[in-house]
Amino acid sequence: MIDAESLAPLSLFADLEPPQLHALALTLEEERHPRETRVLRQGMSGNAFYVILNGEASVRIDGTERARLVPGEFFGEVSILLGEPPTADVVAASDELRCAVLPGPEFRELLLRHPTVLYRVLQIEARRLRNANLWRE
Amino acid sequence: MAGIAPPGEYDVVVVGSGPGGLQTAYCLERLGVRTACISRDDGPGGMFRALPIFGRLLSWTKPDAPEPRGSRAYEWYDHNSLLADDGEHADLVAAEMDRAYAVPSRPEMERGLAAFAERAPVAVRYGCAWESTRRLDDGRLALATSDGEYVCRAAVFALGVTEAWRSPISGIDAVPHYVDTRAPREYEGRSVLVVGKRNSGFEIADGLLPWARRLLLVSPRPVSTAVLAATTVRVRYMQPLEDHAQGGGTLVLDAAIERIERDGGGWRVLARGTTRPGDHELLADDVIAATGFATPLRDLPALGVSTVAQGRIPALTPFWESVGAPGVFFAGNATQGAAGIRRHVNVGSSAAVHGFRYNARVLARHLAETLAGAEPVRRPLRPDEVVPFLLGEATRAPELWAQKGYLARAVELGADGAPCDVGVVPLAHFVDAAGPDAAAVAVELGESGAIFPAVYVRRGGRVEAHDLQPEPLNRFDGPGHAAELEALLR
Repeated sequence: MIDAESLAPLSLFADLEPPQLHALALTLEEERHPRETRVLRQGMSGNAFYVILNGEASVRIDGTERARLVPGEFFGEVSILLGEPPTADVVAASDELRCAVLPGPEFRELLLRHPTVLYRVLQIEARRLRNANLWRE
Repeated sequence: MAGIAPPGEYDVVVVGSGPGGLQTAYCLERLGVRTACISRDDGPGGMFRALPIFGRLLSWTKPDAPEPRGSRAYEWYDHNSLLADDGEHADLVAAEMDRAYAVPSRPEMERGLAAFAERAPVAVRYGCAWESTRRLDDGRLALATSDGEYVCRAAVFALGVTEAWRSPISGIDAVPHYVDTRAPREYEGRSVLVVGKRNSGFEIADGLLPWARRLLLVSPRPVSTAVLAATTVRVRYMQPLEDHAQGGGTLVLDAAIERIERDGGGWRVLARGTTRPGDHELLADDVIAATGFATPLRDLPALGVSTVAQGRIPALTPFWESVGAPGVFFAGNATQGAAGIRRHVNVGSSAAVHGFRYNARVLARHLAETLAGAEPVRRPLRPDEVVPFLLGEATRAPELWAQKGYLARAVELGADGAPCDVGVVPLAHFVDAAGPDAAAVAVELGESGAIFPAVYVRRGGRVEAHDLQPEPLNRFDGPGHAAELEALLR
C-alpha cells in the first residue's frame, strides 16, 4: 500500500476520482532501491509495473545507458503486455529510487477497469514510439 | 541475569525476543559471532501476551506429517517452531499441540517459543529496553538501553510489526484501534463498523458475529475470494463473507472513507464507493480501526532508515539491511520490507514465522562471514551429484518452499572447476552479484497457481533464468526434470 497523496500528482492517474485513487493506492506496493541496484533485469525478471515516485532510473541495454527515467515515468509494462522478459536493465540512478509497484495481473486489471488510465498509457507509449522512430532516422 | 550479555562491545546486537530475535540470536551464537540479544520483555514472545486478541495463529503445525519429526524436511509441516541444529529442539511447537486445530493456539505457540529459548538455548538479557541509537565516528552503532550502552558493528532489530497504525482518514484518531477491541460480549446488540477488510478486520468481524446486532466492514479494495481461498487467512474471512453474501446482517462495502465523526453516543462515517460509485452515510454504535500495524522504529529514521508501505515497514536490501542505513538489519516480520525479484508471483512468507526463520538463518550466516570472518559454506559435490542435488532441494527444501521466489539454493564452480554447494541465498543476491559460474534453484508460483522449480544459471557473469515444468505431485526429482536441468547446465 502507498499513500494516495503520492499518486495524485501523477498524470497517469489524473483522471481517477479520489475514491478510485484510494483503492488503487491500497493495491500498489512501494519499493525503495539504493543507487546501482537493478530493479528490472534484462532477459530475466519482470512481472510488475513500476511508476517512479522519487529519484531517477537508468535504462541500460547490455550495460549501455539508453534512457533516463524521472518521477512520473513508468517501466515494466512491455514485459507484462507481451509476456516476455525485459529487453533492458532498469537500474536505480539516484541515492534512492522510490517506486509504486503493481504486480502484472493487477496491471492488466487496472487497464481494463480504467479506460482513462489505459488511454494515458497508450499516449505515452505512442510518444516513446515516435521518439524511437525519430532516433532511428 | 546481570551476567547475560551485559552492556559493552559486540559484533552484533539483536533487539527483541520474539521468534525473529530468538532465531537470529540462536544462529549467530552457533556461528561464533560475538552477540548480545536484549529484550525489554520479561520472557520470550512478548507480543503473544501484549496482543491477546490473537486467539490462534494462522499457519499450520501438523504433529503427524509425511516426513519424520525433527528432520529438515519436516519443517515444512511445522510452520511455527524455530530452527535448531539439534533435531530434539527443532519441533517444539508441534510437541505442544493439543490437536483441536491444525494451527496452534496462542498459549501453545508461546510455550513452544519459551521451550526453545530455554532448551536450545538462547541467551537473552530480558528487561533491557532499547531506548535510542546513534552512529559513532568509526561507523559502528551505539544503542542506549535501560541497562547501559551497547556498541556493535551491526544491529539486528526484531521488533515485530506491532505498533498500532491508522490510515490517514479524517477523524480516525478518535476511534479505538484493533488493539483496543474489548471482549466480544461487550458488543452485544450493537452495530459495529470495522475500518479495514484485511486479516485483523475480518478477525474482529468473526469474533463479533455471535454478539453484534450488525456488522459493517468498509475499505476501498474489494475482497478477492479467489486469492483468499488459497491463503492461510481464509479461516478468518469465510464466515463474515458468507454472512454478507447471504444477507445475514453483515455488510462488506468497497468504499473510501472520507470522514469519521461523533454522532450523539455513536458515530457517523462518510464514505464514497469504489467498485460501485455512490456516497454513503453510515451510522454505527462503535467504530474500530482495523487498519494494520507498523514496525516500531523509534529513532531509526534519523539514522537513515527509510520505509515503504506508508512508513510502516523498513525498506530493505536482499540481506535485510536498511536501504538507507548501513549496518542496521531487520529480522522477523519486518523482513517483508525486502522486495525480491518479482519474476513470478511474489509469495515469500517473510511476514510469518515459517518464512522469516529462514531469513534469520541466512542473515546470521551473512553477518558471520562479513563481520566475524567465518568461512563461507563450501560443500564439495561430484559433478554427477549437482543435478540430483538441486532437484532434490526443489522438491523437499523447506527454505525454498516457504520462501518461494525469494530464497534459492546455489551451487558454484570453484577455481579448480569443481562444483560446491554454497548454501541458501537470497535469489536477488544471486542474480545481481558478480561471481564464478554457478546455478541456483528456487521454487516459484505461477499466475495460474502452478508450483514449479526455476533455475538461474550464471555463465561469464551473466545470469539466465529458466522455468522447469510443474509436476502434479510436486516431485521435481524424476528423470524428466533431470534431463531438462542437465541440458541447461551442460
